[in-house]
Amino acid sequence: MKSKISIKNLDFHYGPNQALFDINLKIKEREVMAFIGPSGCGKSTFIRTINRMNDTIPIAKVSGEVLIDGKDIYAPKTDVVSLRRKVGMVFQKSNPFPKSVFENVAYGIRINRMHSGKSDLEDRVEKALVDAALWDEVKDRLNSSAFGLSGGQQQRLCIARALAVQPEVILMDEPASALDPIATQKIEELVVELKKEYTIAIVTHNMQQAARVSDKTAFFMLGKLIEVNPTEIMFTNPEDQLTEDYITGRFG
Amino acid sequence: MERIIDSQLDVLRDKLLLLGGTTEKAVHRAMQSLTQRDSDLAQQVIDDDKVINKMEVDIDRLSVEILALQQPAAHDLRFVISVAKITPILERIADHAANIAEAAIILNNEPEVRSYVDFPKMAEIAGEMLQAALDAFTSEDAETSRKVIKRDEEIDKIYDKVFGELIEMMIRDPDSTPSAAHLLFVAKHLERIGDYVKDICELNVYLTEAAFIKHKKSIKKLKKQAKREKK
Repeated sequence: MKSKISIKNLDFHYGPNQALFDINLKIKEREVMAFIGPSGCGKSTFIRTINRMNDTIPIAKVSGEVLIDGKDIYAPKTDVVSLRRKVGMVFQKSNPFPKSVFENVAYGIRINRMHSGKSDLEDRVEKALVDAALWDEVKDRLNSSAFGLSGGQQQRLCIARALAVQPEVILMDEPASALDPIATQKIEELVVELKKEYTIAIVTHNMQQAARVSDKTAFFMLGKLIEVNPTEIMFTNPEDQLTEDYITGRFG
Repeated sequence: MERIIDSQLDVLRDKLLLLGGTTEKAVHRAMQSLTQRDSDLAQQVIDDDKVINKMEVDIDRLSVEILALQQPAAHDLRFVISVAKITPILERIADHAANIAEAAIILNNEPEVRSYVDFPKMAEIAGEMLQAALDAFTSEDAETSRKVIKRDEEIDKIYDKVFGELIEMMIRDPDSTPSAAHLLFVAKHLERIGDYVKDICELNVYLTEAAFIKHKKSIKKLKKQAKREKK
């Protein structure tokens, strides 16, 4: 399977402080890669470099290459809006718009002019909600406010919103950390389902979650990528002593 | 800072070593009851097997508890898995010891059919192997474990010799057949103990190196085994 994302010699600075050091990493197409590490290790900063979410921070400086399908997303001619459509993101705290369930999902489709009419728009919204495993729960309340949904449903609505614009990569930054175990399980099942079509990078503090959903796991510490390996290796026989110490709870 | 899991893993290790020591003793005493024709001792070995069974259940329970509540990973996980797999092996070795003791009680009531020269040697090697395997588990010594695995061939060789001799004896002296048959079983029990110790050593290698080395018999060894079975 070919690499969907290739990171080469990536450095990242917040003003004078270096947050990422010489990261080199490849994520294959339709692979789930989990990112683990202690708080402040740079894992969230790292995944935000994959769709240039850090561009909004004035003091941020990136060097090195982030290639998606072989193209450097930091090249001057890159259309950032189109990049973020291709590389969707789901955050720790669900952030639905103050609109109806339907409008939340329809929004991205409308602004990207992806639909050919009302019926097509409805079909696309329905497909995104089905793919996000939310359709059965909201099909009778599409016009109700998104704020009326439970936390887990709101998070899946945000996933549906990301899916509606047909991305190829989905970045998830602790998508289940604010959810109860049942809602968390649904998100995890969804990740496993979504990997049939999408490449997924997921940051998590929950190591069992990383173990359950990912094909590969990357361990970050103090801005450095310490180890990346197939998840079953990481959790049974990690190569690096730092990884072993972290996943067995000796620090962190 | 000590982790909560550390003290539980220590308890698990201690319990396994205690089971190992008790098993070693059972094998030694079972052989003693046979060679010294001591049926009381044989009966003690049989009775003590219940204690070993209880120890096994106790370790099983603790292993499950640690897996469920502490969710160990990496070396911790390999440690709990190894203990959980070594425990029933030790329990089976103790079962073989009890079976030898049962045979001893029967044989001790019959006239001695042959001297047991080769049996103590087999038992000695099995006992040494078991002790070395448990030491290698404690010190996480994969190299020693691999050496112990090789020693199983010594037991196999003596087993082949004893097997041939006992069959010959049955042909030559049909009256000795019932006793010789019991001795054949004893030899088989000792041979199986060697195999089980080998399994423990393979788990030691897994614990230390995360490598699965079982079921990787060399072609040379398979040919040798086929030849032996043909005889």
